[in-house]
Amino acid sequence: MEIKILGPGCRNCEKLAEEAKRAAKETGCAAEVVKVTDMKQMMTYGILSTPGLVINGKVKSYGRLPSVSEIKKWIEEEK
Amino acid sequence: MIKAFADWLTYDIFQLIDGTHLADAVNFFIYDTIKILLMLTAIIFIVSVIRSFFPPEKVKKILATKAEFVGNILASLLGIVTPFCSCSAVPVFIGFLEAGVPLGVTLSFLIASPMINEVALVLLWGLFGAKIALIYIGTGLTVAIISGIILGRIPAVEKMVEDYVWELRMGEAEIPKLSWRDRFQLASFHTQDILKRVTLYVLLGIGVGAVIHGYVPIDFVATYAGRDNPFAVPLAVLIAIPLYSNAAGTIPIVQALMGKGMPLGTVLAFMMAVTAISFPEMVILRKVLKVKLLVIFAAILTVAIIMVGYLFNAIM
Repeated sequence: MEIKILGPGCRNCEKLAEEAKRAAKETGCAAEVVKVTDMKQMMTYGILSTPGLVINGKVKSYGRLPSVSEIKKWIEEEK
Repeated sequence: MIKAFADWLTYDIFQLIDGTHLADAVNFFIYDTIKILLMLTAIIFIVSVIRSFFPPEKVKKILATKAEFVGNILASLLGIVTPFCSCSAVPVFIGFLEAGVPLGVTLSFLIASPMINEVALVLLWGLFGAKIALIYIGTGLTVAIISGIILGRIPAVEKMVEDYVWELRMGEAEIPKLSWRDRFQLASFHTQDILKRVTLYVLLGIGVGAVIHGYVPIDFVATYAGRDNPFAVPLAVLIAIPLYSNAAGTIPIVQALMGKGMPLGTVLAFMMAVTAISFPEMVILRKVLKVKLLVIFAAILTVAIIMVGYLFNAIM
């Protein structure tokens, strides 16, 4: 499974990356968390407000920090 | 009720004597801190709920079909209610242009959005009163609208935007359907987040304000930087630029200075410069604007804000 964090690397993006890692660990899922800071790549997902969370190519949230339990739910959906 | 509580704490519990500088400062600090924190909590929550209806992804669609003037006015108004942090400035800028929003309209949005934010409004309303908060909104909108129109009319302004911006193509994001429960949850999360970030600055600002209130002589500012000093407004703007968007910390101090004779125009210019012009913001915008346009952008904004200062010093 691939989890992408979209954002230029501000405070909230860092936090989201941490939360995603924790969520992946807690669901026992072998997920790779990748930070996407390149604007070109980021824009292809169509979001304007960062940070964005993409799991297996699907945008799950953007413009806010979802909770770890929400991320866990999305990981389960994509398993 | 807050007043009674502050009086009780100051005079009964701390045993300070009414009328002394110390009692004045302590009373002012307790009263303002409680009032502002309560107002921040309530208003950030309400604004966050309203904002959940206007994500930038939706706003760009509204603005894409609007022409100049109407577009600039709408963009500035939407700038108030759209969730926006400076780290989103670049994607928002690119996304708006890509959707066909005119450059000047996009810039109006980018000026209004940080300038008229809920934290600044609460502090203005709570400390200065509704009238000055409304004047701030009105003049802030005017500055954003006019600056955007002027910038949009610069000949060949499109060439002053980094070339890669025009080459990017965006995907289409599905705007998530939010239930009322989602909105309230988002709003309470957002409220906590902002409170965590600004509380310390509010306390510091009100603390410094309280000291000024209690100890600085009444005509202090009027003597040195009053209405008749033509350099006061530009100087206030210059001082404000490094105070990056820190409305929470600066507004209480400015309010205390206004009590010592700082005229309204200077106050308005200072606060607009704090929220709208800042070095980090310019560094972020440099990613999409070439140096020339960035300099023009900052210059127009600075001049517009200084003019607001002079205007209100002259008429009020």
